[in-house]
Amino acid sequence: MADLSVNFAGIQSPNPFWLASAPPTNTGDQIMRAFDAGWGGAVWKTLGDPIVDTSSRFGSIDVGNSRMVGFNNIELITDRPLDVNLREIREVKRKYPKHVVIASLMVESKEDWRDIIKMCIDAGADGLELNFGCPHGMCERGMGSAVGQEPEVLKIVAGWAVEYSTVPVLVKLTPNVGDIRVPGVAAVEAGAHGLSLINTIKSIVGVDLDKMVPYPVVGNRATNGGYCGPAVKPIALHMVSSLGRDPRITVPISGIGGIATWRDAAEFIAMGCTSVQVCTAVMHYGFRIVEDMIDGLSNFLDEKGMKSVNELRGKALPAYTEWGDLDLNYKVAAQIDPEKCIGCDLCYVACRDTSVHCIHTAGEPLIEGHRAPTRDKAIAKATATGVHVPWVDWDECTGCNLCSHVCPVPGCITMVDDTRGKPFESWNDRIAKGTNKVPGGLRG
Amino acid sequence: MTPQSHALPAQRLESGIADSKPNYIPGDAVAEANRCLYCHDAPCITACPTGIDIPTFIRKISTGNVKGSARTILSANLLGYSCARVCPVEALCVGACVYNAWHRSPPISIGRLQRFAVETVLSDGSAAGLLSKAAPNGKKVACVGAGPASLACAGYLALEGCDVTLYEKRESPGGLNVTGVAPYKMNAESAMTEVEFIRSLGVTIKTGVEIGKDIAPAKLVDDHDAVFVGVGLGADSKLGIPGEDGAGVFGGVEWVEKMKLESGYSLEGVRRAVVIGGGNTAIDVVRELAKLGVPDVAMLYRRTEAEMPGYKHEMELARKEGVRLVEKAVPKQFVHADGKLAAVALADGREVACDLAIVAIGQGKLGAFVSSFPGVATTDKGLALGDPMSGATGNPKVWVGGDVTGGELVVTAAQDGKRAARSIAAALALPSREDSPMQAGHR
Repeated sequence: MADLSVNFAGIQSPNPFWLASAPPTNTGDQIMRAFDAGWGGAVWKTLGDPIVDTSSRFGSIDVGNSRMVGFNNIELITDRPLDVNLREIREVKRKYPKHVVIASLMVESKEDWRDIIKMCIDAGADGLELNFGCPHGMCERGMGSAVGQEPEVLKIVAGWAVEYSTVPVLVKLTPNVGDIRVPGVAAVEAGAHGLSLINTIKSIVGVDLDKMVPYPVVGNRATNGGYCGPAVKPIALHMVSSLGRDPRITVPISGIGGIATWRDAAEFIAMGCTSVQVCTAVMHYGFRIVEDMIDGLSNFLDEKGMKSVNELRGKALPAYTEWGDLDLNYKVAAQIDPEKCIGCDLCYVACRDTSVHCIHTAGEPLIEGHRAPTRDKAIAKATATGVHVPWVDWDECTGCNLCSHVCPVPGCITMVDDTRGKPFESWNDRIAKGTNKVPGGLRG
Repeated sequence: MTPQSHALPAQRLESGIADSKPNYIPGDAVAEANRCLYCHDAPCITACPTGIDIPTFIRKISTGNVKGSARTILSANLLGYSCARVCPVEALCVGACVYNAWHRSPPISIGRLQRFAVETVLSDGSAAGLLSKAAPNGKKVACVGAGPASLACAGYLALEGCDVTLYEKRESPGGLNVTGVAPYKMNAESAMTEVEFIRSLGVTIKTGVEIGKDIAPAKLVDDHDAVFVGVGLGADSKLGIPGEDGAGVFGGVEWVEKMKLESGYSLEGVRRAVVIGGGNTAIDVVRELAKLGVPDVAMLYRRTEAEMPGYKHEMELARKEGVRLVEKAVPKQFVHADGKLAAVALADGREVACDLAIVAIGQGKLGAFVSSFPGVATTDKGLALGDPMSGATGNPKVWVGGDVTGGELVVTAAQDGKRAARSIAAALALPSREDSPMQAGHR
């Protein structure tokens, strides 16, 4: 079994799975149950001066029959007294010395940062996470994303924390910026020992069309919240990767954003993360999901012959390039398996209305000289069973991949290599060779 | 539901039979609708005799546009409500669903979704307002019989602005939808709400008026610009064996009507019932008897199960409900003792003890009645002869459709009514309208 333990800026963790600072890490009782379930670490629900929350404060996006594909909250930081939280941190660390407890913090003045940092370290916190990301409520008071969106301010406040802390300091970044590298570099320059991202994305999750009030409804008003859940994973993955491949980012990254399974976690780690943090999936299904995350990641590493999760880190980063370095001669073509096809023709209508109309019904003719490897079988099945099996004209297909995404039947549409020996040539190669002019433009 | 002009009697036996597929609550309807793949050129549409755009109406349920969904359904099939509940969907739309070829999860419950959409607009009274209606055009149309075919034809023509009157010889309209549908599929109250919907489109319903007795067919034709004859089928066919007219022996359609509509009718004392026949009416009756608590229900069929014309899926359900099938059972005589039914004697010497016997072997044809309309021909089997695409007959003012022409489903009757309405509208040179509901669905 592969070694799942990680060392994050000196913090030793039994596995890379941490709970993000959020409702599931509100109390010591929750965190201890999470550790019992298998979580390697937890970032405590942000400490600071206790707040007052609204009712309601969560909103959700369902897609088809999938619930909570995207999730939105307007909850603030902890509403519990600081001394209670500190007492519980101490208790958790006493009972679970090998698990990671990181204190998420959000206060205003330099003195406040100094004092709360000392209290948390005294209580036994293994590290600190500066909450420069919260995009709702707290930012109106000059904290959270109000700090994270101003690199100069971020640098000053992070600098205080680094100055006062004797444990590693992580800066949690807000995605509500134009270029995530700017606050990322600012945090590193301030001396931060690690980065965690993304915090939630500023959002309005929907509108109650009867009340004419956005969600989540608070009486007859609403406010923007922070968006998270599976829907934000691609945004998070991009931001993590941007930092992961930036040579100025010399500190470990804790990936956050839509991570729900071991596969999501493996993707974040392959794009450069040392640990990952999870919230929405736990809010949806409970702490128990970590069992499969550990089991699945371990089996995956074994299958790939990796002895440690550290071998996976950054593995996919080298392949992430600029568009201009992609091979323009690489070509795939869609192949519809007539055996598996159930005849819904979603690929047909998608290709016809969106793409190049290279998918044809059994009755349509094949242009002379064109290739359509599955046409005969498609016609045979359509004739014998009445199932509307379509086929692909490979000389019309541009390999866009849309059909394989709309097809509901797993494995029915595959993209087959049709490069046919053409050599690698990127757009940047063409520029270098002076062959990048495409006819038909403004100047002919 | 809308108030009923034709109240049904109290204490009807069918009230004791529960709905086997209760209506969805909104969230469950959306969940089922979300399973639909929204196929292009969907096979379910092809399989629907009326050609309802099923993927479209299901998608509208999934988006919360239930009124739009109901409009999609009702345009192609004004009787979309009863069809949702009585159609043999396993043999039609649901049987054609692409999920069947997938073997991953069951096909979409199209009938239940259709019921959800239409019941919603029947319940809130918005149904009639969903359909485009033309201004009155002064044309008078008579529909003979008030069953599904006539209701559909009348409704569509009323929407085109015609002055339509339904003539029904019974005291209540609705035809077999009211008198003959198995209550676990649809009870008489539900059927009546659909009749009221058709009435609300502007159709006049005259019950207790028998054409041929109260009004001469020729006069009816003279007094109207067009006449549609959709009188269905006649009385139960008989075996023609001794004892059939004795106590405890009923025809299938006759008994179902008693069970559904006769106040106070009960099965008290009935321990053993036999049903003779192998068609869908016979299966309905055995299931009804089983659901009503008759301890021993036997179905007597003259051939073997493999040759039974009734739907297999329905027979399987009947078995699960405890019905037993007696094959190669050819009745020879109903045996009575002390004025009560005691048994059915079979030709091969077997005897099946019973205290209720129901003969469900088909219904008579009404060719003789149809021929009383000048110029209307019938087949040698006693079926009305009409053009299959329009119902037009040898009389340019008379159209026919529904079971009287040999169809056997509510949905085919509805399509017949729609085709006749289109043909009548063309014959009366009514202006064509882009949003005319009757133009939706299959030709």
